Amino acid sequence: MFQFYFIEFSYLLASICFILGLKGMSHPETAKRGMHLAEFGMLLAIIGTLMHHEIASYTWILIGLAVGSLVGLAMGVWVPMTAMPQRTALSHAFGAFAAALVGISEFYRFGGHLETRFLMGALGFEVMLGALTTTGSLLAFAKLQGLVRGTPMTYKGQNIFNMLLLAATIGIFVYLIVVPGSMPLFFTMVGLAFVFGLLLVMPIGSADMPVVMSLLNSYAGLASAATGFVLSNKVLIIAGTLDGFSGFILSILMCRAMNRSMTNVLFGAFGSAASVTAGAEQHGAMREVGLEDIATQLAYANKVVFVPGYGLATAQAQHVVRELADVLEKRGVTVKYGIHPVAGRMPGHMNVLLAEANVPYSSLYELEQINPEFPTTDVAVVIGANDVVNPDARDNPGSPIAGMPILEVDRSRSVVVLKRGQGKGFSGLENPLFFKPVTGMLYGDAKDTLTRLVQAVQHA
Amino acid sequence: MEIHDPVAQRILLISALYVFALAAFLGYQVISRVPPLLHTPLMSATNAISGISLVGSIVMAGGNYPKVCTILGFIAVVCSTTNVVGGFVITDRMLRMFKRKDIAKKD
Repeated sequence: MFQFYFIEFSYLLASICFILGLKGMSHPETAKRGMHLAEFGMLLAIIGTLMHHEIASYTWILIGLAVGSLVGLAMGVWVPMTAMPQRTALSHAFGAFAAALVGISEFYRFGGHLETRFLMGALGFEVMLGALTTTGSLLAFAKLQGLVRGTPMTYKGQNIFNMLLLAATIGIFVYLIVVPGSMPLFFTMVGLAFVFGLLLVMPIGSADMPVVMSLLNSYAGLASAATGFVLSNKVLIIAGTLDGFSGFILSILMCRAMNRSMTNVLFGAFGSAASVTAGAEQHGAMREVGLEDIATQLAYANKVVFVPGYGLATAQAQHVVRELADVLEKRGVTVKYGIHPVAGRMPGHMNVLLAEANVPYSSLYELEQINPEFPTTDVAVVIGANDVVNPDARDNPGSPIAGMPILEVDRSRSVVVLKRGQGKGFSGLENPLFFKPVTGMLYGDAKDTLTRLVQAVQHA
Repeated sequence: MEIHDPVAQRILLISALYVFALAAFLGYQVISRVPPLLHTPLMSATNAISGISLVGSIVMAGGNYPKVCTILGFIAVVCSTTNVVGGFVITDRMLRMFKRKDIAKKD
């Protein structure tokens, strides 16, 4: 009996620690303490579990814990901040795979005859969500890492095919609940779910990754919660649900930040050739400006706002931006950063990069906070961002991104756009900002351009 | 503790549903207060926390079950432990980078 209470209380305490830990996340100052609490909770839960009476041998458990800790530690210490989206995608895959495996072995252990239909239902959810999240996340990882092209992969009848496959998977699932016990059918269902995960992520372009990441986050959490139902383990239900809802809320926020519905993101194959034609052709030419001119403008400005995008991450330019900001601030220039919710490849991507470069978080401004400031901004510097500053979203109702909230850099007195080349952004849309009279273009690698700007400002 | 009594099982199921529903509401309240600034650490933190599925994997890997279950359980232990350790280490690393103005300037 003592053992039972010890385990259950360790789980209860762990649940409380997790909730308080996440509550700490509401502010950067309390977040660290919160996480230590969550870590403590995790340790408690693991120690509690090790006392479980059904455990007959510790060999494989200990080897597994050791291997996992080593891999996790290595990943944790060495993964650069720029690779955070890939790392997160990979960990969604791991978490979901673990849930799927526990479900499969639970099914196998009972020979397919679980005690109640409800348990079979929960187990089915666990395994299906786990399986599709595993392959989906792995494909997202491959896209983010550049192993696979980031553009949407589409073919004729794709949505219908996916729907049919999903229907078949769910059909088998329902059959297994009504008529339990078929091993081959169960494994067919698992296989189909693995395939469906790939098909789900295939048509989604890199620019929509923040939504997909959040959604996969949500699925992985719900798979864990379903595991909790199967094992009737409350801490699993609580932690899984918190994770699931966190991902769900984030995906809604990301969709809202793009003014698009979830269905549109998942099935719209945004950024494929078909959707580009709607943009009006631009007239006039982009104005290329000299580095020295920009340096002078920056040096004698009162207020400068940096607007980073995914290009900042690819160029690894976060540290140089901070250097430039330091040089400017020393001259008395007010420097702020405007961060769009979907800038980058995952929620909060830009904030982490800039924090890494030692930019104080009080200089990082959200969309609603920074937009009223642009009319009083002397120079807005756009670094590797495109769609999030596209004025078409505001001015052209026919644009595919119409209604998407943007950072209104075109309202500032002068705009400088740092861009790799003259090509279009990920969505393939024309950006009228680049053709406006206030806008000057600086082509080249962002890191290199910024380094030269720092020197030029110092001599200005 | 395995329970085979059907009545007790029904009670267990209902209480599990209560836990789920309440956790969902709580999750909504807690998560919607997290500022966009911390969305990346939030994601890696919830990831680490949901690595709690480790408790299921541990029993599967160590229990007296068929060989297949032990192998699958072992792989699951490796995967979840990677998530727990990696997730917490990275979250800590990220959170340490978020500095107030007066502290950031000193570095």
